Order: sequence, then structure tokens, then C-alpha cells
Amino acid sequence: MAQRARPLSPFLHYRWQYTNTLSILHRITGVLLSLGFLLLVYWLAAAGSGAERYAAAVDTLGSPLAQLVLLGTAFSFCYHLLNGVRHLFFDLGHGFELQTARRSGWAVAVGAVALGVVVWLVVRAGLGGAA
Amino acid sequence: MSLRSPLRRVTYLGSAKGGSSHWFAQRVTAVALALLGLWLCFSLATLGGASHQHVVAWLSSPVAAALAVLLVLVAAWHALLGLQVVIEDYVGDKGRRMAVLLVVKFAFAVAAVIGVLAVLRIAFGVAA
Repeated sequence: MAQRARPLSPFLHYRWQYTNTLSILHRITGVLLSLGFLLLVYWLAAAGSGAERYAAAVDTLGSPLAQLVLLGTAFSFCYHLLNGVRHLFFDLGHGFELQTARRSGWAVAVGAVALGVVVWLVVRAGLGGAA
Repeated sequence: MSLRSPLRRVTYLGSAKGGSSHWFAQRVTAVALALLGLWLCFSLATLGGASHQHVVAWLSSPVAAALAVLLVLVAAWHALLGLQVVIEDYVGDKGRRMAVLLVVKFAFAVAAVIGVLAVLRIAFGVAA
């Protein structure tokens, strides 16, 4: 039996809603966190190579560009964490009502920005403002 | 024309293939990573300073070293599961998809081993 070429997903065009953006942001922050993981390994590897290598790495991580990347990583972590918990509730079959899903989406977006700032400040304070 | 029965195709290699184990592993590592990630934030916030001695003192504790090793392994695993889905969604060409997946998997395997060895060197007091 000959099979016709089937459409591949996503083959529909959806009207934009902010929940779409929340969904794609989960993916984007996930990819950013994968890069953040490599930064964590870089930091650990430097610490495991001795005090000199470590000092050089902390210098590198203290540059304005690296600080911006780390701030982005802190926000990505908070967003991916909060939205991840939201998705775990979805997986368990909760929170699918339109109103609830939109409200939890807003909570995640606002919470991620707030928590991101808190994590950034608290970690900076814990590290003595050095990195 | 396939020689496999329809039942065989559905139960073993139907359209869903092995997706459920991938899906489930993604969730299990997500829960583990939520806890380990919060532990990392807490640890960094209470480190007391960013000097080498501070990091060495932190990872000299067996509990901290164990959790750090777990964090590296689970984070690499979770990242790979997620990146695999992203790559499979956006890289259409089969050959290129395979190549990109191999490069990413190898890179994260190398990174994970480096991370684990770094933590162990500190834990065992090799990193002076």
C-alpha cells in the first residue's frame, strides 16, 4: 500500500498567545542552562586544578561579559525551575483549565524575574561580590 | 514491505519508538535537578567567599562532594535529554542530525567526566 507523505508537526499555525512564549522560553532557557552547565564544569575544573588556575578562572568569570552571561544563567535557572514544576503538574493532569494555566504562567514569569534577582544577589553576597 | 507483524511494529518499533523511557527519565532527572540546583544555590550563597580555600573547604566534606558529583552527572544527563529533543525537532536532515547529536553527546560526556574528576580531586585533597 502506497503511503502519502504525512504532514510533520507543527503543521498548523496557531494564533499567538503569551502561553506560546512561555513554552518556547522553557526550551530557550533549557539550551542556555546547558551552556551554563559547561560554565559550572569550567569553574569546577579550575578549582580542581589548583589555586593559580582557579584565580585565573575567577578573573575571567568576573569580566562584565561573563557577569552578564551568569546573570542570564541565574534567570534561566529560575525560569526553567519554576516552569518545570508547572509542567510536572501538567504531567500529573493538574492545572489544564485555561484560567489556571494562564495564571500559573504569569506566576512563573513574574516569579522567575524576582527569584532570578534574589539568587543573583544572594550568591554574589555569598561569594563576597567576587563572582 | 515489512516482514514484521503490525503488533510487533506497534509494541516495539511503532511511531512512538522508545519515547516513554526518554520522557520519564527527563522528569525524574528534572526532580533530582530541582533539588540539587537549589542545593548549589544555597551552597554558593553560604560559601563565605570565592577564594580557592573556600571552594576546597566546601568540597572536602563527603556530603558536599557526593552531591556535587550527582549534580554534574544529573545535569549532564538532563541537558542531553533536552538537547536531543531540540536537535531532533530542528535538524531535519538525518545525516546532519546524527552528526550534531554525536558531537553534543560526546561534548557533554567529556564535560561530565571533567566535572566529576575535578570534584573528586578536591575531595581527595589532590588540588592544592
